[in-house]
Amino acid sequence: MTTLTRAPVRSPEGLLRFAAPQQFYPLAGRLAPWFAWAAALLTVVGLYIGFFVAPTDFQQGEVYRVIFIHVPAAWMSMFIYLVMAFWAAVGLVMNTRLSFIMSQALAPTGAMFCFVALWTGAVWGKPTWGTYWVWDARLTSQLLLLFLYFGFIALTRAIEDPRRADRAGAIIALVGAVNVPIIYFSVQWWNTLHQGASVSLTRAPSMASTMLAGMLIMAIAAWMYAIAVALWRVRALILERERHTEWVGEVLAAEAQTQGRAR
Amino acid sequence: MKARSKRLILVGGGVALLVAAVALVLSAFQQNLVFFHTPTEVYEGKAPTGRAFRIGGMVEDGSIRREADGLTVSFAITDTAKVIPVRYRGTLPDLFQEGKGAVVQGVLGPDGQFTATEVLAKHDENYMPVEAQYAIDQAHKASQTVQQ
Amino acid sequence: MQWESWSAFWQMGGAAPYVWGSYGVTLALIVAELVLVIRRRKDTVNRLLRWRRALGKDVGGSQARMESVE
Repeated sequence: MTTLTRAPVRSPEGLLRFAAPQQFYPLAGRLAPWFAWAAALLTVVGLYIGFFVAPTDFQQGEVYRVIFIHVPAAWMSMFIYLVMAFWAAVGLVMNTRLSFIMSQALAPTGAMFCFVALWTGAVWGKPTWGTYWVWDARLTSQLLLLFLYFGFIALTRAIEDPRRADRAGAIIALVGAVNVPIIYFSVQWWNTLHQGASVSLTRAPSMASTMLAGMLIMAIAAWMYAIAVALWRVRALILERERHTEWVGEVLAAEAQTQGRAR
Repeated sequence: MKARSKRLILVGGGVALLVAAVALVLSAFQQNLVFFHTPTEVYEGKAPTGRAFRIGGMVEDGSIRREADGLTVSFAITDTAKVIPVRYRGTLPDLFQEGKGAVVQGVLGPDGQFTATEVLAKHDENYMPVEAQYAIDQAHKASQTVQQ
Repeated sequence: MQWESWSAFWQMGGAAPYVWGSYGVTLALIVAELVLVIRRRKDTVNRLLRWRRALGKDVGGSQARMESVE
């Protein structure tokens, strides 16, 4: 951590000052609970609509209710990867420490959503398609996304030197981002068993409005959850990375005092 | 600023190269990414011969017939242009219905008869209440009677 | 209301294993991630406190240090 000796003396104005880990650490701690509560509230509302307001589907019956987690999880798994790639690019170009930490804080949550999308898809596929798994373009590219997440997490944790770990991870994040549009458009580009998108930006959704409402609310809940968990995780990563600095010493001293008082 | 823009060019160039590489790989493997062939493609000879492959399309209305043993089913898969007769012995998924999508895996005989070893239902992206579908069916029937 | 009774709700029109299998695994993963992520920061704080004490730096919480010796 050679960068720490030349910590910025000037403090940038406005929102940009939160790009400094020292400023971002307390901000993340204050914001995370709000996002977590928003996620919990939206989940309750979304599941209520999904299970008690949305009607039975005309062709699938009740099993379609898996959609309220499957689609939000699949969207999040793709979107989080793009955000990781964005922070990786920012980190490589601007050489900002916090950018790399952000993309590493997001990875486990993205992997979790990716696994949930695959799992719920398999469990949903059996009663509707008649199979848990097929190697069509949509399912295969989504599985590749899970491997990319695992590769990113494994590589960034395996490399001891944080600067090299950051760069190696950033390259996986940027290369792997190519896979995201492939997942999204696979159902249009190739013949797949997976059906096309029910909701897209270019045309009216092919879903009953209450079903759609439940799904979109669950999607926003997934966003809130991902932000909350990433903010909590980024705090641990910042402390670890900045452990040689004065300000982390002060944070730790304060933590030690509250621990002492709690006993 | 100079070092920064240099890095930007390097990163941008690297990503562009990788995108090109992936695009090349994808177009090379295009054949394997095709999960099923349509009946028209089969007629045009685009489907592989001598090995198992998949055909996808609609189960033709009124084509499902169960044979005396109760296990063997024959039906026709169509993409509205061409029709391929299929024979299958085994259990069918719940969503397998006439007028709905299906993907069958098996071999095409020289007589044009497809013998399936696996049948999957391919449902569409429409989600609606049972009542809505009923209303659509009624309207459809009404319009047909008017036409007659 | 979509359901005639709670038992009808739990049966999900015969799709109970698929629907509850999806929701159950998702819930378990989310709870696991929340526990891990909250424990991770606490573990990091404790590990760094031990590390700084080992370096002989003053970490302020002298009380905590004495109590942990007791």
